Amino acid sequence: MTGTAIEISNLHRSFGPHHVLRDVSLAVRPGELLALLGPSGSGKTTLLRLIAGLDTPDAGEIAFDRDDALGRAPKERGVGFVFQHYALFRHMSVFENIAFALRVRRTPKTLVHERVTELLRLIQLETLAARYPAQLSGGQRQRVALARALAIQPRVLLLDEPFGALDAVVRRDLRRWLRQLHEEMAITTLFVTHDQEEAFELADRVVIMNAGRICQEGTPIEIYGAPADFFVHEFLGESNRLPGGVKAGRVTADAGFLLGNATAADGSYQAVIRPNHIDVRPNAQGAWTIARIAASGARARLTLHGFGASIEAEFTADRVIDLALATGSKVDVVFGNGVLFGADGTPKGRFGPPLDEAGSKLRLVDRS
Amino acid sequence: MAGRFLLIGLALGFLALFLAMPLVVVFSEALSLGLSHYAASIMDPNVGAAIWLTLLIAAISVPANLVFGVIASWCIARFEFAGRNLLITLIDLPFSISPVVAGLLEVLLFGLNGLFGSWLSANNIQIIFAVPGMILATMFVTFPFVAREVIPLAQEQGNDEEEAAATLGASGLQIFWRVSLPKIRWGLLYGVLLCNARAMGEFGAVSVVSGKIFGQTDTMSLAVESLYGSYEIQAAFAVASLLALLAIVTLVLKAALEWRHRDELNAVRRKRTA
Repeated sequence: MTGTAIEISNLHRSFGPHHVLRDVSLAVRPGELLALLGPSGSGKTTLLRLIAGLDTPDAGEIAFDRDDALGRAPKERGVGFVFQHYALFRHMSVFENIAFALRVRRTPKTLVHERVTELLRLIQLETLAARYPAQLSGGQRQRVALARALAIQPRVLLLDEPFGALDAVVRRDLRRWLRQLHEEMAITTLFVTHDQEEAFELADRVVIMNAGRICQEGTPIEIYGAPADFFVHEFLGESNRLPGGVKAGRVTADAGFLLGNATAADGSYQAVIRPNHIDVRPNAQGAWTIARIAASGARARLTLHGFGASIEAEFTADRVIDLALATGSKVDVVFGNGVLFGADGTPKGRFGPPLDEAGSKLRLVDRS
Repeated sequence: MAGRFLLIGLALGFLALFLAMPLVVVFSEALSLGLSHYAASIMDPNVGAAIWLTLLIAAISVPANLVFGVIASWCIARFEFAGRNLLITLIDLPFSISPVVAGLLEVLLFGLNGLFGSWLSANNIQIIFAVPGMILATMFVTFPFVAREVIPLAQEQGNDEEEAAATLGASGLQIFWRVSLPKIRWGLLYGVLLCNARAMGEFGAVSVVSGKIFGQTDTMSLAVESLYGSYEIQAAFAVASLLALLAIVTLVLKAALEWRHRDELNAVRRKRTA
């Protein structure tokens, strides 16, 4: 799959004094499933609305298949839009909701019936065709909204926080179902989410937005492996931030403990390490104390105190049991891989475990 | 337990005293001299003219308020504009002004010595003490009914469905007829029913501007008063019984519509409480 389905160039949008989008450029490839990920207020929904034609940019261009889209009304763009709260027509049955796009196009009745029945089968709601939206569960409403958007046979599908209003189990099922559907239909799809797990699990590519700008775009692995800046790193998951410095290749926390080796130049940095890259070894003479153990199902999170600092470590609950860890136990802490950020928020280098006495590198594997 | 029965009893007693009793009295008084007298009172040409005028006034002012209410709610729900809050406040104005004052206001504007009086009389247009004035007065008094029902509904429902319809290929007109209007139709219906009841029953404002020329600028409400004033008690109650009948028909109509659309209505109600 090559080429571009949607080409967005230098888009600006402000509401009064608020700059919601600043110089946003993005190329969406045909058939890909792209996630727009960012905290609320980052401009992702605005970007989606601009693509659909529900809003107009102050400056910039949007083209579909090299064809200028800004001059076109929403109905001429061939965009299927699924709203965050579904926006189903409350006075119409499920059948009529899905049939709406066909009815306004004056499609012959038999064809409408055929097409709607087909879509109902696709969303597995054939038996609920006569129900009204208010009589459906959240997940069912979501699927109806999707079928309604698909009825126009859109070239682009846009989903605004598609799973935002659903509970965890429905969310997971619907996520898998949507991925499957995308693979069958191969429609270029953009969805907005503030949930990084959702974005990473579902999307081919993820675009991370913050304060109206695109911070980074890439495959989930690319982004996780090399976050472009401190914001992205933080957004992808919790981490321990330890002010520290590098001297002759050794990274030391200001609190006074060794973190590892790095190739970065000497100076001050923020050493950032994820909880799942920290391990412990029981040691009665250890410098760290376990202050708290919080197990949530298969994962356990430890709060460790030492050197006047507090850090969080995370690994499987099984390991807590195997090592017989308990609150108040003394331990040694083993630091794995982390990132050094400069004062400007960009990564300056990575650090890793130091060489142990035997001279072999102590590799710390993620036990998650 | 006893408290509950006491409360229910109180509510029912109140209802009987102030709603059911008057209704019974109206019909028993109207029929006190027998059916033939009742028929004769209603067939009276002056009463016929009053009925006709009442229907005419309602037939003009109700649709006018309907159109206004729909436009106002459409604007208020869809757009942010200067004066939006002022408009919402002003819509309530007729509720807070005594109808008699509203009638007097109109006399001050359109009466012979009023602001536009000389221009109107020079052009041979009579508004006060004529049907146009009565229609204007009724429109003023019933002004908030439709808008008040529809605006909160439209605001609560927001603009999402319209936007969805736009992305699905509907034109502006199609969006209005297929989405915006059906969305508010229950509010609209209640508004129209209330508006109609008030338009037919309005007394104060219409009384001030009508001049009460029996058989010419007399509505049913005004006829009841003038007949009663001239000691034609039975005839007064006969006309009053017609007004009561209109109210009952309105209620039955509303109930019938609700029954016919009960599925949809229940669904909407459930959603609101959810």
